[in-house]
Amino acid sequence: MTDAPFYAFVNARLIDPVQDRDEIGGLLIQGDRIVDSGPDIIIPSEAETLDCTGLTLLPGLVDMQVFTGEPGEEHRETLATVSRAAAAGGVTNLAMMPNTSPVIDDAALVDYILRRARATSIVRIHPMAAITKNCDGTHMSEFGLLQEAGAVAFTDGDKAVMNALTMRRALSYAANFDALIMQHAMDADLQSAGVMHEGELATRLGLAGIPVAAETAIIDRDLRLVELTGARYHIAQISAADSVATIRAAKARGLNVSCSVSATHLMLNENDVESYRTFAKLNPPLRSEGDRLALVDGIADGTIDVVVSGHNPQDAEAKRQTFAQSAYGTVGVETLLAGLLTLHHTDGIELKSLLATVTSRPAELLGLEAGSLEAGNKADFALVDLDAPWIVDADNLRSKSKNAAIDGRKLQGVVEACYVSGTRVFDLGGQK
Amino acid sequence: MDSSQVKFTFPHRDLLGIEGLSVSDITGLLDLSDAYVAHNRQRDKKMSTLRGRTQINLFFESSTRTQSSFELAGKRLGADVMNMSVAASAVNKGETLLDTAVTLNAMNPDLLVVRHADSGAVALLAQKVSCAVLNAGDGAHEHPTQALLDALTIRRRLGHLEGLRVAICGDIAHSRVARSNLLLLNRMGAHVHLIGPQTLLPSGAEQLGASVFTSMREGLEGCDIVMMLRVQNERMSGALIPSVREYYHLYGLNREKLSYAKPGALVMHPGPMNRGVEIDSAIADDTDISLIRDQVEMGVAVRMAVLEALAANLISESEVKDD
Repeated sequence: MTDAPFYAFVNARLIDPVQDRDEIGGLLIQGDRIVDSGPDIIIPSEAETLDCTGLTLLPGLVDMQVFTGEPGEEHRETLATVSRAAAAGGVTNLAMMPNTSPVIDDAALVDYILRRARATSIVRIHPMAAITKNCDGTHMSEFGLLQEAGAVAFTDGDKAVMNALTMRRALSYAANFDALIMQHAMDADLQSAGVMHEGELATRLGLAGIPVAAETAIIDRDLRLVELTGARYHIAQISAADSVATIRAAKARGLNVSCSVSATHLMLNENDVESYRTFAKLNPPLRSEGDRLALVDGIADGTIDVVVSGHNPQDAEAKRQTFAQSAYGTVGVETLLAGLLTLHHTDGIELKSLLATVTSRPAELLGLEAGSLEAGNKADFALVDLDAPWIVDADNLRSKSKNAAIDGRKLQGVVEACYVSGTRVFDLGGQK
Repeated sequence: MDSSQVKFTFPHRDLLGIEGLSVSDITGLLDLSDAYVAHNRQRDKKMSTLRGRTQINLFFESSTRTQSSFELAGKRLGADVMNMSVAASAVNKGETLLDTAVTLNAMNPDLLVVRHADSGAVALLAQKVSCAVLNAGDGAHEHPTQALLDALTIRRRLGHLEGLRVAICGDIAHSRVARSNLLLLNRMGAHVHLIGPQTLLPSGAEQLGASVFTSMREGLEGCDIVMMLRVQNERMSGALIPSVREYYHLYGLNREKLSYAKPGALVMHPGPMNRGVEIDSAIADDTDISLIRDQVEMGVAVRMAVLEALAANLISESEVKDD
């Protein structure tokens, strides 16, 4: 690799949470690696220099929760299409949900995904595996073999492990491997037929509600089990103020717990469901404005570790249904960064710590060598115009499915280019 | 009063719910309905108001009373009425809904009367068709003609709606009748009491502008009207209520419980009734206090009024096009 050419990206605003850096500087790469980054990098005379004045250079984003339709539902999304959407959003690493068809619950399937991704994806895809076989909630999957094959975390996808004993055993067993157990905190019994946040609006629309307790009951139970087992526990996509408070208290007690929220839940609330808008039907549901504000506070004070897209592509037919019958989910990997930046532009949250929620923190939880511009790291980064305004038009998104809950929303922050292993995988200028 | 003497323009293309209707919309529909009540008592009931118009009753959920009421209303106005019942057990109800909408629209109906088990289904369908759509009940959302006929029944008996206290008792959480009635009665200046066990009350009900009670004794106090709702059998086997007999004991309307209401209070029920469950036969059949039979009669008149009001807008549209 020593013969590989050098490239120097200079005069950019460098933001790297790991190095606690937010200043004008440059990034020097050679081949697939970062050689140096900072305000006074030494640029070899043979290096090709690219002037990035006016742009911000960030570590490539790590999206911790992405559903791809592949394998099994390729009409919704494939590894190839999701990777193009990701690259256009500055996402260079994504963790893939295992609740595909078939469910990723076998080492051979993890291996298949990794090979398939190498062949078709332009960003790095990291499979997660199921906690229980076929996500049946009963039979633990082979954490050891799956982890060796490359599974970065364990989750039953959009289903909580409902049986407390199964969950206790999974946490116990996962602790052997220091594996991350990621729970979808939604009590299926309390949810019952619920399709949106329980409250006045649900009553007015005549839709069955999902109480906040459906989320907190699972979190409360699991925190007891984490105390018992010492496992690494992560709650995927919390939605309610009570959950933020509970997790804040658990962290203060020193428990090994982390959590995420989706960028959509940071921008929208239950009122976006008004007039039965199925694009805003999410699981967990969009909750009250008070809940949304508490989630923003949770980001600001570090209670919430990670922001994910919760990317869940659904074909048009799955959403062109009555609200009760339509599928859950929104696409989001392409808008993750711009959505997150809303918290900087409108809520005034400091940029460096905000970006840690989509770079260094998820990389750390998943054990990935990613999310930083430190010398020696893989050259995964994005060049972004942080302030450029644009309007989300679902039809123009690169995902195969167009179900964007934030369709029509005004955002600020445009990804100009994205690099994976030193290779440019997205170039907005080249697109024009 | 002849229906042709009621001058009223309904400013909406569809009737999807009570929500969105103004006081004058509601009053206008009730006045027109009043005229049809008189008309329906004549020997010759056939009119030509909707001659040449096609009305399709599209019922995704089975219903005898509402469907026949709409059918009769359309026929008395001279429309060609077609009934379509689509099995609710179809695997993918939503797909059937939009497919059916497209198919029906190609047949150029003028008026589409729709009932569906899912909230919002009728509004969704209305976006896909070019005719006037009438909500005959969607999930737990709205049932606007039921609320209108209830209001007409009350207005004809008591002369007004404003200032009345109306109790709605029973399975409020799953009831579109309760929602539409609450919206309409609030809009017209009445005060609504919602009464039921906590498991059958929806969350946030107080914020909708009602007083909420779990006891019949407290809830019925001062009420002019007591509206009982049907409780589905499947909800009374331990899921939401422990048993029928406990429900009857606590919420079944008998003379003793009725005595908590204002002296002379009147009783209503949207039907079909579970006698001995939510209402005592002795009360249901006592024509001095029960308005249940009136409600059925008013139903046809209200549906004629709504069909006419919506069809009138269709006429003016086509006239504009012809010019």
